[in-house]
Amino acid sequence: MYDKNKIVAGLVIFVAIVTFPFWYNLGNASSAPEPKLSEKAKAAKECVVPKESMKSEHMRILDLWRDTVVRDANRIYNTGKGKTFNMSLSTGEESCTGCHDNKAEFCDKCHNYASVDPYCWDCHIAPKEKKPEENK
Amino acid sequence: MENSRRSFLKVAGITALGIGTKPVLDVFASSGGHGEEPKPEVYSNEKALTAEKWGMVIDTTKFHSAEDLAPIIEACHKIHNVPDLPDSKHEIMWLWEDEYKHVFTHREHELINDRIKHLPFLVLCNHCEKPACVRACPTKATFKRDDGIVLMDFHRCIGCRFCMAACPYGSRSFNFRDPRPFIKEENKEFPTRMKGVVEKCNFCAERLAVGKMPACVEASNGAITVGDLDDPESEVRELLRTNYTIRRKPDLGAGPSVYYIV
Amino acid sequence: MLELALKGDKKYWGWVIALLAVIGVGFAVYLKQLDFGLGITGMSRDVSWGFYIAQFTFLVGVAAGGVMVVLPKYLHDYKAFGRITILGEFLAIAAVTMCLLFIIADLGQPMRAFNVILYPTPGSVLFWDMIVLNGYLFLNIVIGWNVLEAERNNIHYAKWVKPLIITSIVWAPAIHTVTAFLYCGLPGRGFWMTAILAPRFLASAFAAGPALLILLCLIIRKVTKFDPGKEQIQSLAKIVTYAIIINVFFLLCEVFVVFYSRIPSHMSHLQYLFAGLHGHGALVPWMWTSMAFMATSIVLLVIPATRKHEGVLAFTCVILFLGTWIDKGMGMISGGFVPNPLHHVTEYMPTLPEILITLGVYATGILILTILFKVAVNVKEEVSGVTDSCESC
Repeated sequence: MYDKNKIVAGLVIFVAIVTFPFWYNLGNASSAPEPKLSEKAKAAKECVVPKESMKSEHMRILDLWRDTVVRDANRIYNTGKGKTFNMSLSTGEESCTGCHDNKAEFCDKCHNYASVDPYCWDCHIAPKEKKPEENK
Repeated sequence: MENSRRSFLKVAGITALGIGTKPVLDVFASSGGHGEEPKPEVYSNEKALTAEKWGMVIDTTKFHSAEDLAPIIEACHKIHNVPDLPDSKHEIMWLWEDEYKHVFTHREHELINDRIKHLPFLVLCNHCEKPACVRACPTKATFKRDDGIVLMDFHRCIGCRFCMAACPYGSRSFNFRDPRPFIKEENKEFPTRMKGVVEKCNFCAERLAVGKMPACVEASNGAITVGDLDDPESEVRELLRTNYTIRRKPDLGAGPSVYYIV
Repeated sequence: MLELALKGDKKYWGWVIALLAVIGVGFAVYLKQLDFGLGITGMSRDVSWGFYIAQFTFLVGVAAGGVMVVLPKYLHDYKAFGRITILGEFLAIAAVTMCLLFIIADLGQPMRAFNVILYPTPGSVLFWDMIVLNGYLFLNIVIGWNVLEAERNNIHYAKWVKPLIITSIVWAPAIHTVTAFLYCGLPGRGFWMTAILAPRFLASAFAAGPALLILLCLIIRKVTKFDPGKEQIQSLAKIVTYAIIINVFFLLCEVFVVFYSRIPSHMSHLQYLFAGLHGHGALVPWMWTSMAFMATSIVLLVIPATRKHEGVLAFTCVILFLGTWIDKGMGMISGGFVPNPLHHVTEYMPTLPEILITLGVYATGILILTILFKVAVNVKEEVSGVTDSCESC
C-alpha cells in the first residue's frame, strides 16, 4: 500500500471535519424552549387540534390550509366540535395570529432553536410586537 | 402516541373533503376510520358572494379625467399592499390607467372623437375565459377558479415570468425587489408579496369571500359593476344588454371578462 | 477517465484557474442578486425576460448543433466524423449545463424551482423544456462517456448505447423546437408568433453549433497533439454553409410576410430592431452588425477558395458565431417585448451585474468543456499512440 501515512492523515482530518458540529457544541446543549402562550390562547385552551399535534403538525396544517384557502376558496375550519377558525395566518381575530399575537415569543423562539426560517413573514404581516413593559 | 395519531388523522381529514393536493395524506385519512370522532370540516363563508362566471362592466361615460380614476386605483392598491416603486421599470400595477390607443390597440384610429381620444381608461387583469397565463405557468401557481377568477398562488410562484410573456394585456407585474419598504401604509388584513414573484389583480377574491364587493367597485360611485355573466338577471347582464360594450383584443380569443361601455 | 483531467501542464492549469476566477466573480454577483432580487438586472415590467433567457435560447441551439457531427456518423455511416463525434457530444453537455444555469439565474425564487416537478403541468411548454433539456444532458453524458471509454479500451461500445445514440439524434432538434415553442405559442407577441420560429432556431443552431466546433477543432489542433482532421473541418464547413444560408432565407421569409402584410403588431418589433421605434433604437447597430456578419460569412463560405483556406474559415466562423449570437442572444428576446402589448416602448440593456453573472455561467460551461475535451483529446492521443508521456508510466 502506497502513501499509508497520507491516507491515515487524510482520514483523521476528514473524520474531524465531519464530526465538527458535535464536538463544537459539546456541553453547550440548551434545553428546548417552550413557546409562550398569549393570555387569549391560554383562555381558549385548545387550538385547531390538540397541543401535541399542533407542535408536530402545524407546518403541514398551514400548508394544507393555504391551498384550501387560495385554491378552493374555503376559508373556515370547523373542528367538528362546533368551534370554527378563520383559516388564515394573519387576517383578523380568528386567524392564527389573532390569537397567538406575539410572534417573537410564540413562533420565533422554537424556530430559532430549530434553526428553521420559514418565509411566512416575508409576506404576511406579523401582529405588532408588544413592548416588554406592556407585557409586565 | 395513539392520541396524537388520531388527531393527525383529523388534520388529514381535511384532504378527504376533496382538496386532493396531498395524496400521501389521503392514504392516512382513509386507513383509519374512527367513526365516533367528530370530523373536521372546511367550507366557505355563508356571506360570500358567488357567481357562475364573474365579470366586470366599466362605464367609461361616467369618467371625465384622470382625477376620477385616481381614488379607484388608490383604493385597490392600498387594500392590496401594492408598493409604489421609484423606478418605473420595477413598477407594480394591479389597476392603472392608459389612453384609448394603448388600451384598445386594435381599434385605434386617428380621427376618433375628442372625448375618447383624451379619456383615460382603467386597465386591469381581464380574468380571461381561456387565460394564456394559466396555460403557460409551469407550476399551476396561476390558475383559473371555477367561478372564472384567475388567481395567483404567491406561495408557489417560482418567478419564471412565463405568464408575463404570455399575457397579451400586460396585466402582470413582477417583484424585482422586496416591495415592503415601498408600501406607505400596510394593510394588515392582506399579505404583501416577497421579491421574485409575479402578481396581478385578484378580482378582490378575499373580499368576495366575506361578502364584500371588490374595492374598485366600491370606490367607483357606480361606474364599475361586477356580477355573474352567466345569470341573465344579473346587473352586469342588464348593462351589457342595454349598452354598446367593447373588450380588449377580442380577436385573440382569450375571452376577457372585463367589458367597457364607451 | 476523469483522472486525465488532473494531469496537465502549466498552461492548462492557468486556464482552469482563470475560468474559476471568472466563475467566482459571477457567483459572488449572483449571491447579490439572490439577496436583492432581479432588480439588479436591466429587466423591467415590460421587458420581463432579458440576457439570461436570451443566452439560454442561443445555447440550446449550440447544444442541438452538436448533432450535426453525430448524425452523419451514425445515420449515414460517414466514418470521417468518427474522430470528432465525441467533441459534438461533449460540447452539447457543456452547452446544456449552461442553459440550465441560465434558467436558474433567471428565476425570481430559485429555491422553489423544484415546484416544476412537485406540481407537474404538462400544459406548460416550460415543463417540457425542463424534460427535454435534462434528457438531452443525460443522453449525451451516457453516450459520450461510454463511446469514449470503449475507444480507450479498443473495443466496440456496448450494444445498448446505439438506441440511445439514435434517440439523441431525434432529441437534438426536439430541444430547440420546444425552446421555440416557448415563444411562438404566445398570443399578443407578434414578433415570435410565427410558425417559422422553430425552423429558424434550428437553422441558426446548425450554423452556430458546427461553426463553434470548427473553431474548437482548430484550437485543439494547435494546443494538443491530436488533429481532428482537414476533411472533418471541411465537411463541417459545408454543413455550416447550408445552415447559415437557410437561416438567412427563413429570416427573409419572415421579413416578407411581416412587411408585405403590414400588420403593425407583427411589424413594429422588426422596425424597432432594425430602424428604431418612437426614437428608441439601442439595438439597431447591433442588428445590422449581425446581418453584415451573416451575409459576409455566407459569401466567404460559398466561395470554395475562402472556405478551404483554414485561416479564412476560422475568421468566417468567428463572425458567423457572433452574428447568430447577436441575432438570438440580443435581438430575439428583447425584440419580442418591444413594443409591449400596449404598444409602449421600454428599452432593455443588460446591466453590469447581469453581464458578470452571464460571464460566470459561460466560464462554468467553458470549464466543463475544457475538462471534457482534455479527457477526450488525451484518450485520442493515447489510442493513436502519438503521446510520449505514456512511455514513462
